[in-house]
Amino acid sequence: MNPLQTLRVALRAIWRNKMRSFLTTLGIIIGVSAVIAMMAIGAGAKAQVEAAFAAMGTNMIILLPGSTTAGGVSGGFGSMPTMTWDDLAAIREEVPTVKAAAPSLRSNQSIIGEELNWSTSVTGTTPEYFEIRNWPVDEGVLFTQADVDAGAKVVVLGQTVVLKLFGPNASPIGHTVRMGNIPFQIVGVASRKGQSAQGQDYDDAAFIPATTFQQKISKGLSKYLSGTIFIESTSAETTTRAMKDITDLLRQRHNIPPGGDDDFSLRNLSEIAGAQQQGTDTMTTLLASVAAVSLLVGGIGIMNIMLVSVTERTREIGVRMAIGAKPHNILLQFLIEALSLSLAGGLLGVAIGVGIAQWLAARFKWPMLIQPDVIMVSVAFSAFVGIVFGLYPARKASQLDPIDALRYE
Amino acid sequence: MDDQPLIRIENVTKVYVTGDVEVRALAGVSVTIQSGEFVAVMGSSGSGKSTLMNILGCLDRPTAGTYHLAGREVSRMSRGELAETRNHILGFVFQNFNLLSRTSALENVELPLVYQGCGSRERRKRATEALGRVGLGNRLDHTPNQLSGGQQQRVAIARALVGSPQVILADEPTGNLDSRTSIEVMALFQELGRTGITIALVTHEPDIAEFATRVIIVKDGLIKSDDRQEQKPAIVPPLPPIAEAPK
Repeated sequence: MNPLQTLRVALRAIWRNKMRSFLTTLGIIIGVSAVIAMMAIGAGAKAQVEAAFAAMGTNMIILLPGSTTAGGVSGGFGSMPTMTWDDLAAIREEVPTVKAAAPSLRSNQSIIGEELNWSTSVTGTTPEYFEIRNWPVDEGVLFTQADVDAGAKVVVLGQTVVLKLFGPNASPIGHTVRMGNIPFQIVGVASRKGQSAQGQDYDDAAFIPATTFQQKISKGLSKYLSGTIFIESTSAETTTRAMKDITDLLRQRHNIPPGGDDDFSLRNLSEIAGAQQQGTDTMTTLLASVAAVSLLVGGIGIMNIMLVSVTERTREIGVRMAIGAKPHNILLQFLIEALSLSLAGGLLGVAIGVGIAQWLAARFKWPMLIQPDVIMVSVAFSAFVGIVFGLYPARKASQLDPIDALRYE
Repeated sequence: MDDQPLIRIENVTKVYVTGDVEVRALAGVSVTIQSGEFVAVMGSSGSGKSTLMNILGCLDRPTAGTYHLAGREVSRMSRGELAETRNHILGFVFQNFNLLSRTSALENVELPLVYQGCGSRERRKRATEALGRVGLGNRLDHTPNQLSGGQQQRVAIARALVGSPQVILADEPTGNLDSRTSIEVMALFQELGRTGITIALVTHEPDIAEFATRVIIVKDGLIKSDDRQEQKPAIVPPLPPIAEAPK
């Protein structure tokens, strides 16, 4: 008896009890479609997180100066300026994986407008900063390198500051604001950046050239760069490399002996992104495992119905044996029947799962992410379930004594 | 007749053990059946005739003794080998027909060939032929519940025939049929017997046994008598033709 004939016999037996067969496969259908839908949800969420981090700049590295240790009390990163302007220049020029680097000197200042005033965080920086942070202007222009070189009294305001000083729908370009009695001309308004994950308002900020900041706000030129440095690597892949190169460069420049502690710290957003992704991955795994359990339950349903089928068809088995079916013919017949049931359920489940995933993608504007390997694995798993749970009933059928089977009422 | 008998069983015993009770269904039976014989096995219920038929039919193995079928010792064969023997050498006809329900006559008859590994075209050809031989050439696509009892038994006989067996074993083949249909079925068996097929049937009706060439009576697990006889021709009384009778 060739496999094709066995398959035909099995399919006919399934077709004879359409409703029962359908209900039996329902467990597998639900299991497989749930696994596929869950994996697609997970992949969609992951893609969204990735996109969000890409917008924030995954190839952004933040360089913080080292900490002071005074009388056994560590001051925390940034408490002591250890970086010099020469370090910044060296990073820009000597590390090939660095695309851009910008200082970030910060201070809270009260900004006085024509009628209103507002306290905000003022950052002294260079034009590269906006490129690194992926932060263009909505109105006006950014200050230029020439402004930085000249120590021009120009300012780029964040959206929140504009709102607080000028009210809604105002165009502040060309107006003057004062910081500690020094007038600054507004050259640009930065685009809306929104909030950080911690609820900090990115748009509540003002930016002035770093040189101006040093001269007018922190007062007096200094060899040390008393702030942080924002660095952009050439690509997301070279970020790790860039971090290592910067570390090597700074250790050499600061004469830190091997084994000595760094007097600076490098942070990278991709680490946070990685943690976030791990979170979504864990969630996806959890959802998929719950769905996989229903596959197992579906398998038990198949075993149950196969046992019923074997009992029901005891006489048929007896007849088949009497006219020459060998035990393995009977075994194969019932095994293929169970396999067909579970595989049909698996394929139907794939169709439904893909449908659900597509609907979700359209509903939540996610990218359509159905991995072919997920489909293959779930179909293979449903086939595996069919074989595992079909084996016991099929063995039971093949071990029947033909005389007893023929006599069975 | 050949030198070698087609069926030779010697000192066959069969003991069933249920719990601590031993039942001796066969207590040392020896029979030889030559090719082409038409043997009726008779006996009351519990006499051991069904056990004897099960052993002859390779459905069961004797507890002791030997069984040679077509020159081969079959009493110690494995389940798989027995299945193959049943498939190639034997054909079965049962009291309750045992056709697969919701399956056409043609497919029922094809079944033994399926297990022989025949191609579908050859199966169809041989099954059609066999159904023609039992007079059901025009009922190929009927399912068992669309056929009368006599027709169902003919399908079963066609199924027994289709694998070109050397022996047909029939267990009370007329037990579920009325007397007219019984005679018809017996006529069919006689016709097959004339073509050289060996037939062994179990019956408890003496008038059915009359159609055989030899009657073996089993009692208490032993052969009580074994007589050859003049075969009574099975002639169906005229009126009305059963095969065409609507049911």
